Amino acid sequence: MVDYRIDRHSGVATYVQIVQQTKQALRLGLLEPGDKLPTAREVVEATAVNPNTVLKAYRELEREGLVEARRGLGTFVRRSLGAAPADSPLRAELEQWAARARESGLEREDVAALFTAVLETHYPVHPKIPEGDPS
Amino acid sequence: MTVPAIEADALGKRFGRRAAWALRDCSFRLPAGRVCAVVGPNGAGKSTLLAITAGLHAHTEGTIAVLGTDPASARSRIGFVDQDKPLYPQLSIAETLRMGADLNPGRWDADTAERIVAGGDLDPRKRIRALSGGQRTRVALALALAKRPELLLLDEPMADLDPLARHELMGVLMGQAAEHGTTIVMSSHVVAELEDSCDHLLLIGGGRVRLAGEIDDLLAAHTRVSVPADTDLAPHDVVESRTAGRQLSALVRPAGPLPADWRTGPPSLEDLVLSYLRNPEALAAHPTTEAAA
Repeated sequence: MVDYRIDRHSGVATYVQIVQQTKQALRLGLLEPGDKLPTAREVVEATAVNPNTVLKAYRELEREGLVEARRGLGTFVRRSLGAAPADSPLRAELEQWAARARESGLEREDVAALFTAVLETHYPVHPKIPEGDPS
Repeated sequence: MTVPAIEADALGKRFGRRAAWALRDCSFRLPAGRVCAVVGPNGAGKSTLLAITAGLHAHTEGTIAVLGTDPASARSRIGFVDQDKPLYPQLSIAETLRMGADLNPGRWDADTAERIVAGGDLDPRKRIRALSGGQRTRVALALALAKRPELLLLDEPMADLDPLARHELMGVLMGQAAEHGTTIVMSSHVVAELEDSCDHLLLIGGGRVRLAGEIDDLLAAHTRVSVPADTDLAPHDVVESRTAGRQLSALVRPAGPLPADWRTGPPSLEDLVLSYLRNPEALAAHPTTEAAA
């Protein structure tokens, strides 16, 4: 099951947050094919966001082929994402690494910077096409 | 085409023939199933508009249709929670809910009423006069929601609730909209409070409609630009502009594509609302009305 947390100060559109958190749950194996997503009613009662926002997020997930809406039954997971379930050996190694980093006195920000740097080396992001960015 | 929840045309109201207009030339259309924020400064005419829609005030000029009929005829299908939450102080909570059931035969949803009251940990035997403002709001909302209204009108519903109760009750309202397609109209002078829950906006200032439409459309129709001070912004509609040194920053409604060398960005909802309120002369925008016409 997935429990959505909406951060209204993040600057990320609410429906995008729901999409991202669903994908995160799929990556971590918290949601698996056949699992049912919470109904729009359940999500809005817990988060107080507009029902159309939830439906928009679910439509986006459906468009990407990750979930399917079954009429009168709900929205179900069709396929999983990535290969890093919450209990994989890779995760266990990362846990050990994080514990060692902590023991050697690294701060949270140090670890995050290190991890991001390694991530960038192995998974370079494609250069973005410049847009009319205000900054 | 489904019947709109509210359709107002040149609606006006003044309390007495010599009095100033509380609401004037108010035209908008709210499709059914929307959650609409009515936003504006104190004294803008929000409460007057809600009371007319609820059939509690007669309007002075123009027309208004509610759920496809006149407000008085639609009354049994409308739930209204007034700013002051009028309830009978000498009744207990249980008696108040029983009264609601008696007054709304065939529509009353006792489970919903009890669930909302129970969410506040309230003793049903407690009398209304012994309740805090926030607790009274909870009972008033229970009464309005249990009526299973097609249109729910809430005047400053969240004003005296603590953050926890506000989140919970907003969740209950959104659940109602998701489950029954209830149209909800709620007023506030704090736009941030409603931003996540509403998909439609009606901005009222000085008794007139300043902005009306789907929030996504309204945001998409406006752009924040920042350009050298001597730039001519025409032909784009300028809502607000300010010059600081060599920099001109403005909120515009683009009349076409903007020059590529302008720095642009999307406005936030609060940004949009404040810009319109600070500039009473800026033209009103009704993207939805235009699209529907």
